[in-house]
Amino acid sequence: MEEIEEGIIEEFALFDDWMDKYEHIIGLGKELPLIEEELKSDDLLIKGCQSRVWLHAKMENGKVIFTADSDAIITKGIISLLIRVLSGQTPDAIINTDLTFIEYIGLKEHLSPTRSNGLVSMVKQMKLYALAFRTQQNG
Amino acid sequence: MSELLTDIDAIRAQFPILSREVNGKQLVYLDNGATSQKPQSVIDAISHYYEYENSNIHRGVHTLSQEATSAYEDVRKKVQKFINAKHDHEVIFTSGTTGGINLVASSFGASLVRKGDEILITAMEHHSNIVPWQMLCERRGAHLKVLPISKEGEIDIEEFKKLIGPKTELISLVHVSNSLGTINPIKEMIEIAHAQNIPVMIDGAQAVHHTPVDVQDLDADFYVFSAHKMYGPTGVGVLYGKEELLNDMKPYQGGGDMIKSVTFEKTVYNDLPHKFEAGTPNIAGGIALGVAIDFINSIGYEFIMKHEAELSRFAVSQLKDIAGLRFIGTAKERAGLVSFVLDGIHPYDTGVILDKLGIAVRTGHHCTQPVMNFFEVPGTVRASFAVYNTKQEVIKLVEGIDRVKRMF
Repeated sequence: MEEIEEGIIEEFALFDDWMDKYEHIIGLGKELPLIEEELKSDDLLIKGCQSRVWLHAKMENGKVIFTADSDAIITKGIISLLIRVLSGQTPDAIINTDLTFIEYIGLKEHLSPTRSNGLVSMVKQMKLYALAFRTQQNG
Repeated sequence: MSELLTDIDAIRAQFPILSREVNGKQLVYLDNGATSQKPQSVIDAISHYYEYENSNIHRGVHTLSQEATSAYEDVRKKVQKFINAKHDHEVIFTSGTTGGINLVASSFGASLVRKGDEILITAMEHHSNIVPWQMLCERRGAHLKVLPISKEGEIDIEEFKKLIGPKTELISLVHVSNSLGTINPIKEMIEIAHAQNIPVMIDGAQAVHHTPVDVQDLDADFYVFSAHKMYGPTGVGVLYGKEELLNDMKPYQGGGDMIKSVTFEKTVYNDLPHKFEAGTPNIAGGIALGVAIDFINSIGYEFIMKHEAELSRFAVSQLKDIAGLRFIGTAKERAGLVSFVLDGIHPYDTGVILDKLGIAVRTGHHCTQPVMNFFEVPGTVRASFAVYNTKQEVIKLVEGIDRVKRMF
């Protein structure tokens, strides 16, 4: 997981100004839909005040697979980074990560509760899924 | 009377925050609908109070308490004059507009609303003027009725007449809509309601800083507003109510200051306005509200209205040619703001990029989710103006939107 985070930090080190950085995030956000349309149900919806986020999780061979989406592109771009880091990891790794890379690439403000874009709740929900899967495994 | 202040540079110079930078850019503050900035005189009044006068009011015989009490009570008279209330005891200090609406919903509701009664609001209300009534209706078994709006964001008076009837106990409606900018014909609506003896409460949170309010001329039964949207501090607001209605209502909260005598058997409530002001109030905030009124008076509504109308017209004229931009709220009578969506670009994304450019706008549902559902948008981008805004700032907003469009 650390390697992926370092990869993202290096990827973002290329950008000198905020414009390039945000254009990159927008680019990430515009890539293929991250979640299948039929999964965009209210059950999977995390309501932010500003933008909406859908999150789906399943367990495959001891790893948690996340897919997610948002109606706002910048939120979606940041989601794609979170998915890159957290999807395919073990429940323990997900529970224990503090996602410091977000701070290194200067996007911490987007994970601030004051933004109310659904991302804080999404990270919390990802950890809850991981916790639930771990309990299932151990049970 | 001293000469009125009508030079924008001189007005701007009174607001220290306007000279700060945000994200390396000169701040362009267009989120006045959420809260206005504060002039130096208001900021100074708060520190002066704590540095020089701080003490509790209505209780002490010592000099500080006497001074603080008269400074605070002088503001009540100033507010009375500001909204032309008949008596100063019709001015109740609250924590803000929301506090005032909850007070009326709770006290008026407890005293006068019974099972089967109806409360009428409009479809353009802020959540603060929806939820307290829903809660009241739940408690009392009453019904909440909603007057629909047109696609322009206007009320239909004929529809209004049809919706009121013998069961309508109270009408509560917004003077100026915070998400659409619509100015409602409240005087006409109050007259119609009064013909059937129905009291009307007006949410004036978005009105008092744009337009003079005369509660006697409007014949409003209740009128509520917040200090912080009119260049004053947060945490203080005003509920105006007609004396006879306020006298009929039970107190809202119990505590100190709202009583005449207390024994374990019986408490005798205080007279107006103190009956509704339990506990130590926001004294510094109240005093600073008085200074905010002085600030508005130092400019005068004539200039404020002319300047803000010009800014709104200019903003509409500059924004309307942007391809893919759609205005939300196109009522004929509008005040101080433009609300819009950009085709294919989420308001949140627009807000994030504008913020990077130092431009503060509000994005989202503006605490009016039913309005957003009606227009089938997830939210809007809202630029709302104050007396210190300039055409140059509107041009920066337009350039910012161009930038946003190129990025998405």
